[in-house]
Amino acid sequence: MLDQLISSLTDGLLLGFVYGVAAMGLTLIWGVMSVINLAHGPVIALGMFGTYLLFTHLGVNPYLAMVPVAGAGLIAGLVIYVIAVHRVINAPHLSSLLATFAVNMIIIGVGTAVFSTSPQNIDYSLGSVEVGFLTFPASRLVGAFGAILVTACLYLFLYFTRPGKAIRAVANNRMAAELMGIPSSRVLALSFGLGTMMAAVAGGLIATFFPFTILSGGPYELKSFVICVLGGLGNPLGALVGGLILGGLEGLIPTFMPVSWVPVVEFGLFVLVLLVRPTGLFGAK
Amino acid sequence: MILQVHDVTKRFGGLQALSDVTFDLHTGEILGLIGPNGAGKTTLFNVINGVYAPEHGRVSFRGEDITGLPSYDVARLGLARTHQVVRPLHELTVRENVMVGACYGREKHSLKEAKRLADGSLDKVDLLDRADQPSGSLNVSQKKRLELARALAARPYLLLLDEVLAGLNPSEIASMMDTVRAIREDGISILMIEHVMQAIMSISDRILVLDYGTLIATGLPEEVANNPQVIEAYLGDPKMTAQLLAE
Amino acid sequence: MKAWQKPGFWLPLVIVLVWGGVVLLIHQDTMRETAFVLLMAVGLASSLNILLGYTGYVSFGHIVFFGLGGYTGFYLLSEQGWPLFAAAIGGGLLSAFIAGLVGLAVLRLRGAYFALATIGINEAARAFVSNFGPYGGATGMFVNFSAYEKYGGPGPALWTTFTFLWITTLVVLLVSYLVKHSRFGLGLLAIREDEDAAMVMGVKAPKSKTITYVISAFFPGVIGTLYFFKNGNIEPGDAFQLHMSIEMLVMVMLGGMGTVMGPLVGAVGYQWLRGYLLTSPIFKDLHLAVAGAMLLVIILFVPAGIVGWVRNHVRRLQKVLE
Repeated sequence: MLDQLISSLTDGLLLGFVYGVAAMGLTLIWGVMSVINLAHGPVIALGMFGTYLLFTHLGVNPYLAMVPVAGAGLIAGLVIYVIAVHRVINAPHLSSLLATFAVNMIIIGVGTAVFSTSPQNIDYSLGSVEVGFLTFPASRLVGAFGAILVTACLYLFLYFTRPGKAIRAVANNRMAAELMGIPSSRVLALSFGLGTMMAAVAGGLIATFFPFTILSGGPYELKSFVICVLGGLGNPLGALVGGLILGGLEGLIPTFMPVSWVPVVEFGLFVLVLLVRPTGLFGAK
Repeated sequence: MILQVHDVTKRFGGLQALSDVTFDLHTGEILGLIGPNGAGKTTLFNVINGVYAPEHGRVSFRGEDITGLPSYDVARLGLARTHQVVRPLHELTVRENVMVGACYGREKHSLKEAKRLADGSLDKVDLLDRADQPSGSLNVSQKKRLELARALAARPYLLLLDEVLAGLNPSEIASMMDTVRAIREDGISILMIEHVMQAIMSISDRILVLDYGTLIATGLPEEVANNPQVIEAYLGDPKMTAQLLAE
Repeated sequence: MKAWQKPGFWLPLVIVLVWGGVVLLIHQDTMRETAFVLLMAVGLASSLNILLGYTGYVSFGHIVFFGLGGYTGFYLLSEQGWPLFAAAIGGGLLSAFIAGLVGLAVLRLRGAYFALATIGINEAARAFVSNFGPYGGATGMFVNFSAYEKYGGPGPALWTTFTFLWITTLVVLLVSYLVKHSRFGLGLLAIREDEDAAMVMGVKAPKSKTITYVISAFFPGVIGTLYFFKNGNIEPGDAFQLHMSIEMLVMVMLGGMGTVMGPLVGAVGYQWLRGYLLTSPIFKDLHLAVAGAMLLVIILFVPAGIVGWVRNHVRRLQKVLE
């Protein structure tokens, strides 16, 4: 019993790292510009397909493929920002919610026409790893490692580079940052690009675990909402911790009750945290 | 005694915004509230009309304890206010803005009655010709007068005015002063925050001086103007000191 | 001037009255099906608009009330043998009750936080119903065939359902108008523009918002019952589609939020466009992308929606298009 508990907890936590990366993209965008990016799910799906196409058609190692996928994600984010988000950045929330949802529809619509909705998978196995009584696919371990790497890179970028510091300044107080001469439009575009880049990379990592379709981003988008709220909207490190909590819950809950209750607990917790501590479990009250 | 503020203290995190503020406002009085920027004047307004609850202390309005009451309940008891930064309801017309005041103020009026009252208040502040325009289209001086009309339409016993003169030119200031005097003639008591010294000194019956959240002086305008503590409080602000000494 | 003397009061009501009347007179099945889908969209969009358009609160998961009310009504008529009319009201009342319960808490959240919470509530409700035994769990429920007998068999039952939907839609539009042009509605508009300033003026925002949430949740519950009775079955995937929730928002935006006519114009316009794109040989495969692109254009360039735009540009029509 205890063995099984630890095993499913480990499984969930490893997955949680990758959830964390997906949510980090969403929370970064929120933190900088107070926009909830409803095109997040489709971008995750595009990351899956980008990795898949590079692997299947060009034979690129899926983990190496994530480098060009990240680049493409960054560019996609810049384009989405310029076309759909910039004009509504100061409008009421409904405008930016619906504008990003329109992008969601466009990506899903084109994606469905191009890729259909039949499931694909990346046929690349790293075998499995045994640690004591624990056995899990090596891809999970690599995925978790990749997630930590991405988080570390994001932090180094935000704290030790000029554009990164500019992003933090704009997130802190856009008006003051503008007065200091920081070009806020460019910073906002860059943040949006980084946010979608994280989503694309998360999609690439998830694609190495599970089969997927163009619609597969949706559930991860919803999970990202939950994670962001658990970790505090706008707090990237909180997103990683939130991801681990969610992953852990997904690992643990099925040992106590039927799997179908997992979303009830997840979303119940989500609403509860929003109501009781809208700044997240670790945020200031 | 229409308003009694007793020992009111308000903190924001580590910042002591108000400490042990105590004063009374007599019925029919115009009481001026002055102090350097950040002294806690607007915070005091927010505590009086229920936007914030104080950590301790008591606020009584017409003999009733209103400490910690939500702002809408305070409004319905007959306490109206204007905001330092004007807050018109942009998408509504000027008249509709004022009707909100009338419908939800001290007297609960039907829409029809509210419309009549609204036109009356708009007339008082000289905005009646703009009644059908969206309020977002007004200029600053008109928005200030709209705020005042909205507060008046609530038929309050007490009016809190937060810098109604700021941003106005000298002739607009003069006409706003006349309006404020006329409001008092109608029997409404007034507590007003103001930075335009000449104006507040000439219109107020008494003056309160707030500095770092503490009431440092109370009295007739000329007493306050010559109070060494007050002059010291303003020394950080040479322009103000000059103005004060010029009185 | 009293409400019934104003053209803006009559216009939406007369349109729907005549429309439904014509469908009932011609009595053709395909026409009824089309009208059912359209009227349902009008009813749902108008209910959402009572909250969204008048208070400014963006309920992203409003479909939860369609789902919960639909499930409850379906359960009452299929498992408990209630007549359709009573079951639909029952479904509506349950939705209204849930809205009252969660409203007080959730409506404290503002802006995007509220929007996120409503998504969470919808997902939690979907997951809960999927596990809820009396409602058939993940497989849902089917109409007990005897339920149709009361209305003279499946065919006539569909016509009865349509008539109920028609009346419900009329009531939604009526309520929408009355709310907007009441003292209560003026308070809501004040909340929409600046909630804190509204409270300082005496508007009891928490109570007003909750009442509005309850009103805008009641009708989707009624409509849900009628819709799933017409379909003959109900399952969690159909009842709590987040996608449908967003379609409702799109309809309101397209027509013009905060107006009575807007959701009517927007719902019909959106459904017509969708139908056109789905059947057009050129756009068939890309219908979602084309719809998305059009939505984007509206959000970016015509944020007031069709009715709002016309009102702003043709002053003479302001009295007609409320």
